[in-house]
Amino acid sequence: MYRSLSLRLPVLGVVAGVLFGVAGCAPQPADELVVYSSRIEALIKPLFDEYTAQTGQKIRFVTDDAGPLIERLAAEGANTQADILLTVDAGELWHAAQRGLFQPVQSETLQANIPASLRDPQDRWFGLSVRARTIVYSTERVQPEEMDGYVGLADPKWQGRLCLRTSKKVYNQSLVAMLIAELGEERTEEVVRGWVANLATDPFSNDTSLMQAIAAGQCDVGLVNTYYYGRLLRDQPDVPVKLFWADQDGGGVHVNVSGGGVTAHSPRAAQAREFLEWLSSPQAQGMFAGLNLEYPANPAVTPDAAVQVWGEFRQSEMNVAQAGELQAAAVRLMDRAGYR
Amino acid sequence: MLAVALCLPALVPLLVIAQASLAPQTEIWAHLSSHVLPGVALNTLKLVVGVAVVAGALGTALAWLTALCDFPGRRFFDWALLLPLAVPTYVLAFVAVGFLDYTGPLQSALRAWTGSSAWVPPIRSTGGVVLVLSLALYPYVYLLARTAFMTQGRRAMEAASTLGLGRAAAAWRVALPMARPWIAAGIALACMETLADFGAVAVFNYDTFTTAIYRAWFGMFSIDAALQLAGVLLVLVVAAFALERAARGASARFSSGRDLAHRPPPIRLGPRMRWGVFALVSLVFAVAFALPVLQLCLWAFKHRGDIDLRYWGYVGRSLLLAGSAALVIVVASVVLAYLVRRRSGRIMNVLVRLATIGYAVPGTVLAVGIVVPLVMLNNGMQHLLRSWLGDAAPALFLQGTLLAALIAYMARFLAVGFHPLDSGLQRIARQVDEAAAGLGVVGTSLVRRVHAPLLRTSLATAVTLVFVDVMKEMPITLITRPPGWDTLAVRVWEMTSEGEWERAALPAVAIVLAGLVPVALLMRRGNDVA
Repeated sequence: MYRSLSLRLPVLGVVAGVLFGVAGCAPQPADELVVYSSRIEALIKPLFDEYTAQTGQKIRFVTDDAGPLIERLAAEGANTQADILLTVDAGELWHAAQRGLFQPVQSETLQANIPASLRDPQDRWFGLSVRARTIVYSTERVQPEEMDGYVGLADPKWQGRLCLRTSKKVYNQSLVAMLIAELGEERTEEVVRGWVANLATDPFSNDTSLMQAIAAGQCDVGLVNTYYYGRLLRDQPDVPVKLFWADQDGGGVHVNVSGGGVTAHSPRAAQAREFLEWLSSPQAQGMFAGLNLEYPANPAVTPDAAVQVWGEFRQSEMNVAQAGELQAAAVRLMDRAGYR
Repeated sequence: MLAVALCLPALVPLLVIAQASLAPQTEIWAHLSSHVLPGVALNTLKLVVGVAVVAGALGTALAWLTALCDFPGRRFFDWALLLPLAVPTYVLAFVAVGFLDYTGPLQSALRAWTGSSAWVPPIRSTGGVVLVLSLALYPYVYLLARTAFMTQGRRAMEAASTLGLGRAAAAWRVALPMARPWIAAGIALACMETLADFGAVAVFNYDTFTTAIYRAWFGMFSIDAALQLAGVLLVLVVAAFALERAARGASARFSSGRDLAHRPPPIRLGPRMRWGVFALVSLVFAVAFALPVLQLCLWAFKHRGDIDLRYWGYVGRSLLLAGSAALVIVVASVVLAYLVRRRSGRIMNVLVRLATIGYAVPGTVLAVGIVVPLVMLNNGMQHLLRSWLGDAAPALFLQGTLLAALIAYMARFLAVGFHPLDSGLQRIARQVDEAAAGLGVVGTSLVRRVHAPLLRTSLATAVTLVFVDVMKEMPITLITRPPGWDTLAVRVWEMTSEGEWERAALPAVAIVLAGLVPVALLMRRGNDVA
């Protein structure tokens, strides 16, 4: 009775073989840059296209979450086709550098274009856009004078009035990591416990729901990345929620970066470096940040007009690599403090 | 040997998980066991038991009603109740939370009318997650139980009534126990899907083993700790299966073969019952499918500017991937189910158990657990090629191919193909084979002339489940696809990973549509046969 089944197996083999042939051995043109990117297509492909149009350099890319991309890159080792790894979080860049997946890039252009706090101290990766995380508040129930910064949100006056996003999101992990660097673990844990005690409702799964909850009156203040606020404004221009720049008298607004580096075994390291340099240049920076209403990493470039109206602010000058270094400690601290 | 070969893809990630336990992460484990594990273990238990009970009851009851009772709209609901299968769980979760949370339209309207919505039970709660996951996952139970009820034949029921049992008693004491392997398999699939789920529980911010695994990996940068947590999870799953098997006992539920392929005549219900059943079934259909899909369509319409010619490519690739995966996995499942039937021994059972357990592993962990070994294999072959051919050796890139995708899907979805076929084969008594042998029907012609007609519904079930599951699958597709080879599920990820949920509606609707057409066709065909 196995005969009919064994008849099907060769068919199966042929199908698999065809699929393999179609996609598997498609030769990699030697001059195409390959990018592994956890920055999504919509926010990165326009830049690839622009670069190709200007220089003729073709670029192929694969998007995925940073975790799997890093494991894949590590496993591929010297056989990798990837020249550049892009992520949307400094912690992942730090982690990839720790694993030896990047090579140092000596480039005066990058040194000049990207501030020291937004790149790896050993120049293995470079921030390319700035993601600022700050306070949002209800214009109906809160006066700006009532707020000062991240620590202030632990004050009992906010009891039942604070909304937070889940501590699983890396942006909150790096914010807490920065607080640890600034205040030490003990004090930070008190602050995080204070936040948890002030929560109006369970943490949200995303920043947009959090701002909608403030607008609907479920809570009065919260923490978000500014570009989510920008997106909300595009949908609801008169939403009664505003940004407040945190810690302007202290350490400055917490920032994370989206950025990248040249892989350790890049087959086309010189072209990869040129592309990174171009990404840090004024003409690319406006587009890189503007596509997602983020802030350019290059301080010579002004942000998108829609972002400029939120006003200027002082950002934290702590090196974003610290966020990666202290991230595991931050996660443990949030677990202990009951911040889910 | 064949069995080992078929199970190999599924065993590889398990080996990766097992070897991770050799790298102790003492500091992290001290933290996990005091602050994380007790909470997530309890949460996971509540969730799985909740889904097993609710999805099990819902799926079984709906299958019973549509397969055996006569009520208005039965022909429609018969296949329509399957449709929620095509709606990814995280989509249903997002729509449910969006609609029912404090800021959603329901509570907003209540506050506008009555001044308060405080009495509405919170959707972001254990009850809410259980309800949403059950509505998303009941089709697994429904599809398998329906197969059982449709193929159990009229004889058992007739025999029961000649023994003096009423229809209700016959149902309870004969039909339900006879359907038990199917119902158990359906519930097992729903539970494994629940354990592996990340998308839906993340929307609820409900902490489970899966969220703890991802937190250890992405938050604490310790993939070893993540794999060890996955190992603990798998040990618990194995224990649960063993308990279930022990409880079920060794009883086999056979049918007498001849009338298996014929549907029993429908049970006539009273007029009040008929419309009561109609209302219940409509409610489930509306909540699990019609309303969420309507919401998705509204969002998709809002972002209709995203539609471009590339969508044909996404749809085509999704269908190609799902179709070839369904073919490969179902053929493998048939072979495996026959091997189990022919020489079911202890080793065989353990092997199959292990091979089908990958379904309970969180998707990204499994994807990495299969891709990293594939990369190593690729590197090894590359090394060999170089030593033979020198610089003329072509660059191999096995990991970024569809072959890698198919191997990984096999690791993930073998359970989905195997369970329906195994249940189906179990139903065919060995005496049937013996009787056929007595008539000179053996080997291929036994399979073709006797088994194939009997297994038709099980086969359709397996194909449907694998096809739709692969359409929705994200992590494996993401990591194995060649550059530019985006599918609909990849598009969903592209939108949701930066929090653009409403823009993800368009590819999600496309998944529902492209996944549904084949489902509907299969069911219609199945009905015609019956």
